[in-house]
Amino acid sequence: MSDKRSARVVVVTSGKGGVGKTTSTAALGAALAQRGEKVVVVDFDVGLRNLDLVLGAERRVVFDLINVIHGVAKLPQALIRDKRLETLYLLPASQTRDKDALTEDGVAKVIAELRTKFDWIVCDSPAGIERGATLAMRYADTAIVVTNPEVSSVRDSDRIIGLLDSKTEKAERGECIDKHLLITRYQPWRAARGEMLSIDDVLEILSIPLLGIIPESEEVLRASNVGAPVTVNNASSAPARAYFDAMLRLKGEAIPMHIPSNSRGILDKLFGRKAA
Amino acid sequence: MNPFNLFRRGSAPIARERLQILLAHERSARSQPDLLGVLREEILALISRHVRFNPDKVQIKMDRGKSVSTLAVDIEIPNTVSVMQQRAI
Repeated sequence: MSDKRSARVVVVTSGKGGVGKTTSTAALGAALAQRGEKVVVVDFDVGLRNLDLVLGAERRVVFDLINVIHGVAKLPQALIRDKRLETLYLLPASQTRDKDALTEDGVAKVIAELRTKFDWIVCDSPAGIERGATLAMRYADTAIVVTNPEVSSVRDSDRIIGLLDSKTEKAERGECIDKHLLITRYQPWRAARGEMLSIDDVLEILSIPLLGIIPESEEVLRASNVGAPVTVNNASSAPARAYFDAMLRLKGEAIPMHIPSNSRGILDKLFGRKAA
Repeated sequence: MNPFNLFRRGSAPIARERLQILLAHERSARSQPDLLGVLREEILALISRHVRFNPDKVQIKMDRGKSVSTLAVDIEIPNTVSVMQQRAI
């Protein structure tokens, strides 16, 4: 590994659980690696790790983040290289129930070491606003706030935005942390019928720039079933294309926003089937 | 599907309105101390200077609206007040 890099640290956060943080971390991390970037995805969900499972690396975990912090293992020993993408690495979370195992100094050291080895460090935050979540965002340059178009998710995202603006190292230095909104599980036909908050509603309420809109899709479930990021498992599917676009915007490219439209056929509507 | 639902507007506008009101309050609460808590403590301190009451018999209700909010403080004051006042005199 060359030691001349200086990674951008991205936290994928949301407050609420189950909105798609881990899926999005895996998909965006993989999408960056598919573009040749050197990426490490770090699981901060101590006690309830899942990023290893979504990436299909669950049987290869030997050491974890806590082991590295406690000096039980060296960082290169704990990093797991993805089987499909050469430039994608995983630093798994520990399954210990001791939440205090994660220390601020320890995380700072690990992030500093990772910064010299990678182009991107993507931190998968646990749900909630406790220690794990605040430490996941602590050293981030950029935050991706994952939100479902649903009242409790939007409220929790607003709370997380408040924390990003006050509890991160960047905010404490008086700088503004770069924040992006990633809307996931979007169902265009529901929004069109006024049954689901629209993209404009969510943007107006949270007022941070939009990184992407990921449509609700069975492809996401299929990808996690087989243990592959959706961008790898079916790169041409609607959610994968949305993640690729989001990845390019994250890199600073000006990609026009594609708002998923109602793609259901008349038969699907008649029988109330969900869109793919 | 209930045929009447076809004529009903979706529930998203209600979600949007509720969120806008709630978040306006939560955002302002972040930058200042808990207004409800401060008011409750000060009101109770003020009243306890004059009458003795059971703190469990105090009901505080708050309704946060778009432009105005209401704070209702309902304190059950025992009728022994007059006796206490007479003794004090």
